Amino acid sequence: MTKLNSKIPAGELETKWTKYKSTVPLVNPANKRSIEIIVVGSGLAGASAAASLAELGYKVKCYCFQDSPRRAHSIAAQGGINAAKNYQNDGDSVYRLFYDTVKGGDYRAREGNVYRLAEVSANIIDQCVAQGVPFAREYGGYLSNRSFGGTQVQRTFYAAGQTGQQLLLGAYSALERQVGIGTVTMYSRHEMLDIVLIDGKARGIIARDLVTGKLERHFGHAVLLCTGGYGNVFYLSTNAMGSNVTAAWKAHRKGAFFGNPCFTQIHPTCIPVSGDHQSKLTLMSESLRNDGRIWVPKKKDDNRKPVDIPEEERDYYLERRYPAFGNLVPRDVASRAAKERCDAGYGVGTSKMAVYLDFTFNTMRYGRIEANKLGIQNPSEAEIKKLGKEVVKEKYGNLFEMYEKITGENPYETPMRIYPAVHYTMGGLWVDYELMTTVPGLYALGEANFSDHGANRLGASALMQGLADGYFVIPYTIGAYLSGDIRTKSIPTDHPAFVDAEKKVQEQLDKLMNIKGMKSVDHFHKKLGKIMWDKCGMGRNEKGLTEAISEIRALREEFWKDVRIPGTQNEMNLELEKAGRVADFIELGELMCMDALNRKESCGGHFREESQTEEGEAKRDDDKFSYVSAWEYKGIGSFEMHKEELVFDVVHPSQRSYK
Amino acid sequence: MSEKKLNLTLKVWRQKNAKEAGNFITYKVTDISTDMSFLEMFDVLNEQLINKGEEPIAFDHDCREGICGMCSMYINGRAHGPAQGTTTCQLHMRKFKDGDTITVEPWRASSFPVIKDLVVDRSAFDHIISAGGFVSVNTGNAQDANNLPVPKNDADNAFAAAACIGCGACVAACKNSSAMLFVSAKVSQLALLPQGQIERETRVLNMVKTMDDEGFGSCTNTGACEAECPKEISVENIARLNREYLMANLK
Repeated sequence: MTKLNSKIPAGELETKWTKYKSTVPLVNPANKRSIEIIVVGSGLAGASAAASLAELGYKVKCYCFQDSPRRAHSIAAQGGINAAKNYQNDGDSVYRLFYDTVKGGDYRAREGNVYRLAEVSANIIDQCVAQGVPFAREYGGYLSNRSFGGTQVQRTFYAAGQTGQQLLLGAYSALERQVGIGTVTMYSRHEMLDIVLIDGKARGIIARDLVTGKLERHFGHAVLLCTGGYGNVFYLSTNAMGSNVTAAWKAHRKGAFFGNPCFTQIHPTCIPVSGDHQSKLTLMSESLRNDGRIWVPKKKDDNRKPVDIPEEERDYYLERRYPAFGNLVPRDVASRAAKERCDAGYGVGTSKMAVYLDFTFNTMRYGRIEANKLGIQNPSEAEIKKLGKEVVKEKYGNLFEMYEKITGENPYETPMRIYPAVHYTMGGLWVDYELMTTVPGLYALGEANFSDHGANRLGASALMQGLADGYFVIPYTIGAYLSGDIRTKSIPTDHPAFVDAEKKVQEQLDKLMNIKGMKSVDHFHKKLGKIMWDKCGMGRNEKGLTEAISEIRALREEFWKDVRIPGTQNEMNLELEKAGRVADFIELGELMCMDALNRKESCGGHFREESQTEEGEAKRDDDKFSYVSAWEYKGIGSFEMHKEELVFDVVHPSQRSYK
Repeated sequence: MSEKKLNLTLKVWRQKNAKEAGNFITYKVTDISTDMSFLEMFDVLNEQLINKGEEPIAFDHDCREGICGMCSMYINGRAHGPAQGTTTCQLHMRKFKDGDTITVEPWRASSFPVIKDLVVDRSAFDHIISAGGFVSVNTGNAQDANNLPVPKNDADNAFAAAACIGCGACVAACKNSSAMLFVSAKVSQLALLPQGQIERETRVLNMVKTMDDEGFGSCTNTGACEAECPKEISVENIARLNREYLMANLK
């Protein structure tokens, strides 16, 4: 237990970060020029970190598996980014954002980290606007805000339903600017396959050039993993097809502890699964819950068209159960409520595993406001609807179009059908206040780390954390480590540690290629996904988790005996790439189930069926589980848990209530 | 939407690598649900190929929700296929009929060399952005975001241009393989915003120079790029780019 030191600075919560920044050791500009930093991943965290560190003068190498850093999956975030600007004069503050985030995370995050996140949130908006990110604006030219689940203030900045895209392109432009200057070397279509340790410190990576298939050795004084989350362990998720855990898992196998692996977020508003062919799930931004009302019929198996079901025969179950927050309850609460209704037989659509998200009420409300603005006396229903549709279109046009493309249904005319889907992983590599893992010199940023969201992340906070880590945290905290490393010269990559690491990666690739089994990689991935979704998904219990662990172990055996990878190693081989990722997902899946089994309480996105209140709400157990579980790798299928006790000096954990 | 099943013939470009010549290979797929996306239909085909011990078809894809810009198939002579304003990953099989023959090629442009099968190298786009598609503001320099109001109309127009996903459909659709729509979208976004004013001239000059150096062709205003753009980026941006370029050269 002595191994974990979160390094939270002493002192009052409000002064921790300020004091830290003023006293952290610095690296002088001349020394920065001879220090090399490896950044793996080019999403919001990776691109912002690579750009900011290069601006400071470090020599940066950045890697992504896609054909361009601009493709990283941060690009798909829709709804927005939170910041404690209080531009709406509605009582927001750094403290409130901090408080909402700790509460939203169900009191399983560190106060110190979250407060810092809330503090730098305002700087992020300033930085992005200065880069030319075209946020939505009001007619007066000032920035527009909207509200998001789990909060009662309007603090979310957005760019239609493409906020992630615009923020990522901002960070990408900053990154490409440094590439142009020559301070960042970009390695696209490269995948990190191992960390190289020298004297216990991270000193480089082994990467595979995905075009030629060749392995490469790269040195860095420090290595930053900005490689996103592991939602694809469920096979179906809202993650991009290529999103994977491999970089984080390789780091874990080299000594980086994995924090809270079972904390996954199931997002309430996704397009339901349509069939076995489904390759991924598509999110419909949570911002839609601002203007859409969620309901199911009051009658079981009601096969009428939604428009034919009269108002009094509809059950607006979120408004009924949670009158204070209504449709804006946090994601975990909304997801479970949808599951509860569908499991009870009130689901809609052909699969009966969906609920309605209906925009009629607010379309008409907006229409009446517009009619008033235009001075139209006694407008007809049709006129109101037309005006209202325009407003809805401006806010969510791209989402409505996307829904129609995928389902073939027009959501302006009929309610959307939605169902929860895996979306985000709060768990990740354990890091201290400086974002360093348990391996010296190895950092994890953004979704890849476990740090700021506890057991559940609030909407519009992922973008905030990714950019906070990259733009405003790591440029300071990395100095604490590198200032002690200024005398370390670049280590040539013929060092035995590099040779050995490359050899091991090569052996693993050979092993995969030589199985020459009968089943495709996807076959195994789908099987893993089903086990995880059924037994480690929205509801978890001891029996299911125990079964899942043995099923995953059997699947692992089968994978290593029977996977078939066509083609050869020394060329672009997409099946080989996938196989390596799925092999790591299988190992991770087992750890997730072990973590879920260990955590006998319900908290945030982790719902243990054995731990609920009489009303079916999640029940935490602060006496026994107010800690971060940090797992140490001890060999395949063998992990040891360490605890980081959580201390709450400012916020007093209470049972979350959104009623 | 009622689901139907389709039987289709696919003619797909296969090319082992950048050096070897490629050719079309014909495949049959059966029982394809109209609810599938075009790429899910390719997943089915690839699963068939793997089960037969053949190499699956390499194609680029990632987010599968129309925003990352990675998918890039040229379907029946059209970039991203027959649906307007739609990426290949968002193209659904209900746009096709039972018995159809579908031809699938990679982007064809000398600046986008084929890497394998349907995968091409679009790094030329990154080079253009690194030549000037940014505002030179280091982290930490920024003033309060609301200190500089931006007229909503300008912000909206900048956003419309910034919606470009960098997929390269504009280049693939253009008979001259011109990258003008891509370049103009970024130039427009930053020219419309106050933050982009200081580097307005150097930006357009450097980006256009890099575009030419990368071997993209000239624009002859046929508008094929706008017609095939999955994000419906307007050719008005090209007019703005030409204006910006002219003004920068006059200075």
